[in-house]
Amino acid sequence: MAEITYLEAIREALFEEMARDENVFMLGEDIGAFGGAFKVTEGLLAKYGEARVIDSPISEIAIVGAAAGAGHMGMRPVVEMQFIDFLANAYDMLTNYVATARYRAFLPCPMVVRGPSGGYVRGGPFHSQNPEAGFIHTPGLKVVYPATAEDAKGLMKAAIRDDDCVLFFEHKYLYRRIKGVMPAGDHVVPIGKARTARGGEDLSIITYAATVHKAVEAAEQLQREDGLSVEVIDLRTLAPLDDQAIFDTVKKTNRVLIVHEDTRTGGIAGEITARINESCFAYLDAPVLRVTAHDIPLPYAPPLEDFVLPQVPDIVLAARRLAAW
Amino acid sequence: MKGKSSKAAAVGSAAAQLTRAQKLELYYWMRMTRTLEERLVALYRQTKVVGGLFRSLGQEADAVGACYALERRDIMSPLIRNMGAMLVKGATPVEILKQYMAKGDSPTRGRELNIHFGDTERGFIGQISPLGDMVPVMAGVTMTFKMRGQDRVGLVFVGDGATSTGAFHEGINFAAVQKLPLVVVVENNGYAYSTPTHKQTAAAQFVDKAIGYGVYGEQADGNDVLAVYDVTKRAVDRARAGGGVSLIELMTYRRKGHAEHDSQSYVPEGEIERWAAENDPFDRCAAMLRDREGVSPDEIAAIDARVHQEIDAATDIAEASPPPEALDALIGVYGEPAAEKPLWFREGGAALTEHERAQGWGTYDTGHV
Ligand SMILES: Cc1ncc(C[n+]2csc(CCOP(=O)(O)OP(=O)(O)O)c2C)c(N)n1
Repeated sequence: MAEITYLEAIREALFEEMARDENVFMLGEDIGAFGGAFKVTEGLLAKYGEARVIDSPISEIAIVGAAAGAGHMGMRPVVEMQFIDFLANAYDMLTNYVATARYRAFLPCPMVVRGPSGGYVRGGPFHSQNPEAGFIHTPGLKVVYPATAEDAKGLMKAAIRDDDCVLFFEHKYLYRRIKGVMPAGDHVVPIGKARTARGGEDLSIITYAATVHKAVEAAEQLQREDGLSVEVIDLRTLAPLDDQAIFDTVKKTNRVLIVHEDTRTGGIAGEITARINESCFAYLDAPVLRVTAHDIPLPYAPPLEDFVLPQVPDIVLAARRLAAW
Repeated sequence: MKGKSSKAAAVGSAAAQLTRAQKLELYYWMRMTRTLEERLVALYRQTKVVGGLFRSLGQEADAVGACYALERRDIMSPLIRNMGAMLVKGATPVEILKQYMAKGDSPTRGRELNIHFGDTERGFIGQISPLGDMVPVMAGVTMTFKMRGQDRVGLVFVGDGATSTGAFHEGINFAAVQKLPLVVVVENNGYAYSTPTHKQTAAAQFVDKAIGYGVYGEQADGNDVLAVYDVTKRAVDRARAGGGVSLIELMTYRRKGHAEHDSQSYVPEGEIERWAAENDPFDRCAAMLRDREGVSPDEIAAIDARVHQEIDAATDIAEASPPPEALDALIGVYGEPAAEKPLWFREGGAALTEHERAQGWGTYDTGHV
């Protein structure tokens, strides 16, 4: 089987799900003939036609709201934010309407809101964001953020089949840099299950999305230079969190570093730390440490962006401190 | 007419009062816009531009002509195709080049992209990427003019695509209800990224939306710089006189892709070439100067040469300018505290004390509004 990119893996999932279920349709800006700003939906219009691959005006509120309405009626919309930063434009619709619909009104919203996310690409403050924390904090929304091509495909298929709204973050830095061989058949990766990206004994790094690759790079350097055996856990799903996988790695290595590209305050690292404290404090040999972005809007110039975002040397430094505790 | 789209109402009267020198100035700003963008393309190809590059080729007249109708004390908010309007408002080529090259002494100190910058003293407020957001913001700016009894007007540019946002709708409606001195220019250039206008609105024309909002609406040929000036000047005068909001639709055409990387595969064959050959705002301005003002080819050549010289000099300055220092990232998230601390794993605390900047550095000083 040939390798395909993270981006192609997402596209493959969209093709397969549209073929599998005629209720699945696409809605977004420039997604039809143009195939989307990053070409994720390229070819879908030609195959499935304008009735199922719909170009919208620049109206994020309408895109998300219409997806909810169609979802109530039994459709399975997959909508694109041209950049995930524009989730903010649909914040009301997502948090007030969609997230509460099932609980307050018994109305399901089986929809996927997907889009390119994340930094390391010189995109500046509005094309680089990682706004997942705000949505993790909203009961009723599921949030996934894959790091590998295999997971990108398998989680997308799971997200489309899920009966609730799934926010599907696609890391644009990984779109064309990461490749994988897709498992044969109907490859579905369950939502809510973390993955061990690299096994290890001495300490654990818990992370997701682009920083999984930075953590693995750091782990290899630590193995080489310090003889440290570092485990890397890729969360894959941020809501609901896989508590079991988190606690298992804590009990195994007793030292935990949490890494994320999102800013620090209110980021998911704080939540994970609290859960570890509550459930397996006695297993810790050291305090839980965090490497995150600084609490700063993401700037554009390379030296500034590089400073604000977490880098491999930061992870190495933090892991060494943890190992030496 | 209020609540009615019209093309009539004394067309040409404001433009007729422009002097020959002012018309030459319009040409100068259009030339500056086009040539500066061409320089940016060259720098982009040399990978000296960080990030994307956005062109306004074929739309120079609408940005320049509309902004020329403002006074210095007025405030304008541009969108991505309105570099020409910013130049008219006093943004300099050096600033624009430094922005695109992400330099440390660019107007945003390397924090923001391309022409996303402003200066309230010179009278322009920088846009952000999320489309339509500047309409409510400009409602607030002009509301302040009204509250303070100031003789000032606001002008906000939006693209055809941006009119589909919730922010546009709420902003113009609010401004209309408050009867604010705001001119909303809808630049209809045929496309929003790949989306043609007929997929953006079911209205026959954007100016028709004026009726629903209860504001004045007028449409003009966006590639005729004098027509643009004329229609905008009328709206600006009306706003200044207490007549409230106007929605102006300027008909133009986006000859380049959304950004430099866009291949424009979605554009019907021959469309771009036809606009370039038959309806270039620049050619039309030059022809107007020649035919109606007797401007000689030498005079035009002299302006072109001056623009080139200015851009060459600006490029030298911008290229020599250094990138920001990493620690500059920490300054200016809040007024107080003035700087964030580096996170513990950066072991940068010591570096930070050595990295002090003058009071207010990197913080926008709004004291002179
Ligand atoms: C709220 C929002 N949604 C999506 C985008 C992505 N986007 C950037 S520019 C653009 C098209 C803009 O079209 P238009 O307003 O007509 O201006 P033009 O580029 O034609 O000048 C889109 C969809 C955005 N910037 N903001």
